[in-house]
Amino acid sequence: MKKVYVNEERCLGCHLCEYYCAFANSGEQEMFKAFKLGKNPAPRIQVEDGKGINFAVQCRHCDDPLCMKNCIAGAISKVDGVVKIDPQKCVGCYTCVLSCPYGCIVPGKDGHSATKCELCTANSGTPQCVQNCINGAIVFEDRGEQA
Amino acid sequence: MPVNYFPAEFEVLRNYDKCIQCRACERQCSNKVHWFDSDFGKMLSHDEKCVDCQRCVSICPTGALKIRPNENAFRKSANYTQPLMTEAYRQAGTGSVLLSSMGTPKDYPVYWDKILLNASQVTNPPIDPLREPMETRVFLGKRPTKMKFDKNGELDLSLEPSLALNVPIMFSAMSYGSISKNAHESLARAAEELGTYYNTGEGGLHKDFYKYGANTIVQVASGRFGVHKDYLNAGAAIEIKMGQGAKPGIGGHLPGEKIKEDVAHTRMIPRGTDAISPAPHHDIYSIEDLRQLIYSVKEATEYKKPVIVKIAAVHNVAAIASGVARSGADIIAIDGFRGGTGAAPTRIRDNVGIPIELALAAVDGRLRHEGIRNEVSIVAAGSIRCSSDAVKAIALGADAVYIATPALLAMGCHLCRSCHTGKCNWGIATQEPELVKRLNPDIAYHRLVNLVTAWNHEIQEIMGGMGINSIEALRGNRLMLRGIGLTEKELQILGILHAGE
Repeated sequence: MKKVYVNEERCLGCHLCEYYCAFANSGEQEMFKAFKLGKNPAPRIQVEDGKGINFAVQCRHCDDPLCMKNCIAGAISKVDGVVKIDPQKCVGCYTCVLSCPYGCIVPGKDGHSATKCELCTANSGTPQCVQNCINGAIVFEDRGEQA
Repeated sequence: MPVNYFPAEFEVLRNYDKCIQCRACERQCSNKVHWFDSDFGKMLSHDEKCVDCQRCVSICPTGALKIRPNENAFRKSANYTQPLMTEAYRQAGTGSVLLSSMGTPKDYPVYWDKILLNASQVTNPPIDPLREPMETRVFLGKRPTKMKFDKNGELDLSLEPSLALNVPIMFSAMSYGSISKNAHESLARAAEELGTYYNTGEGGLHKDFYKYGANTIVQVASGRFGVHKDYLNAGAAIEIKMGQGAKPGIGGHLPGEKIKEDVAHTRMIPRGTDAISPAPHHDIYSIEDLRQLIYSVKEATEYKKPVIVKIAAVHNVAAIASGVARSGADIIAIDGFRGGTGAAPTRIRDNVGIPIELALAAVDGRLRHEGIRNEVSIVAAGSIRCSSDAVKAIALGADAVYIATPALLAMGCHLCRSCHTGKCNWGIATQEPELVKRLNPDIAYHRLVNLVTAWNHEIQEIMGGMGINSIEALRGNRLMLRGIGLTEKELQILGILHAGE
């Protein structure tokens, strides 16, 4: 299946993917409104900065997701290979946040559910981090990984 | 301490209603213009550090930024302009030669814009390049001047070594050192895909790029950096650089800070040492000396590769080109004074040399007059800005053109003319690993291919309009050109008629 991959040799650490991600999931039409209206939406991709190397990290959509195994509410499921959280079922215990080995699940801004990358399936359908990466460092491609 | 004040050249305007404090501008500015002030809780800027490279404006996700010229001005004078005044202050403070980059911004006449092209009407009808063949393939090198027969009376079909270009456009010399490795890789890959050539400049050829040799022109300049037998044999042609349009009569100087491990290795000089190219080749003081060098490199490459001699367009360029043509060169590249550079003394760049249009017309005319035009191909360089410039150059007598500034633009350059600082925010004219990274060769090479492909389409359209179906038929075809607003003398030098004639 197609997944999001980051080429750390190309990642500039500009953090713009975080902002485009948060905006894409904010439901607002204008980016400045998404951030200026006090909602402060959380990104589901995070750039790790290092000396001379940076890379963006987001959900790997694991074959056997630990977050899904550990979810006490049965809120996490895998739909067509995409690991998703059902906010209606999520109780906000954040066990998934603790169990994700990549640190890719973040507490939502509403304070009672977790959020994560769902490959923009719930908004535009095209991962916005990929679409807006200024150096082509983030790609959305099929590398033969299982769904 | 004396007052040494330079007003900021630019002003950074930030729309605070739109700024979301993502700090991308701050992270991406190598000049450290932007910063986040935690006391005020907002982004602020050091306007005086801005070079107007437009990086921040281009990436700002909310379009909150704008750069404009600073309105704070010294008292106006048409004679002593503000740049002249600040340059005097700068020199009074440093005692140094002023440095500049890229082509001169001064308002010299651009003859391309004073030449109009012809098109067919009724008779000799135009050709539609989408439906009929339109040849843009060009061969550069010596043409046979007479038929030769062997002992058995068979015609000798052998030709002098030449270059075959699918498009009449090549990427001109930019050295590894003055531009980044990623920029070089982009040019090399684009040249390969387009079926044309890029030029190493005088910085040698990085070991990773030998594989693009079939599309590489290797340069030998006065510093002889990175020149060895394998290098000469790696390329498809060898260019001997006698001069550069942006700085005729001047050598080059790549500061030690840019000579990092890889550049040092490629140039075959110690790390951190200044790479100084002398103004002259110390072994060339005459056409005969030039001939010796041409034949030395021909000898080293077993006479398999054409030799280009690149000269700057200067006052008596026609006579010089005539000498060069007789010295054994296969191709002459003429570089006009509006051409770009990675660094040149400002006064030289802005005042020395002549426009390529006049130089090209003079050289082509002189060589034809002397009956030796067939013995060399001519490549025009130095501010070929678009496809119509290229068509006009070919109609004035060029076989092909060299482009560099448009290639840089395709890669992201915004002509801030700060290459000499080595802090290029677009990852082109820099050797800082963090900045070089910003130029993704996968993207840049594709944009270069697009640019030249688009130009080639336009060249075909223009030629088709003239009723011409090959570059061969356009070359030196000055009847296709008319001057507009030019004096009798200018028309005479260009060898064209005025519009209406």
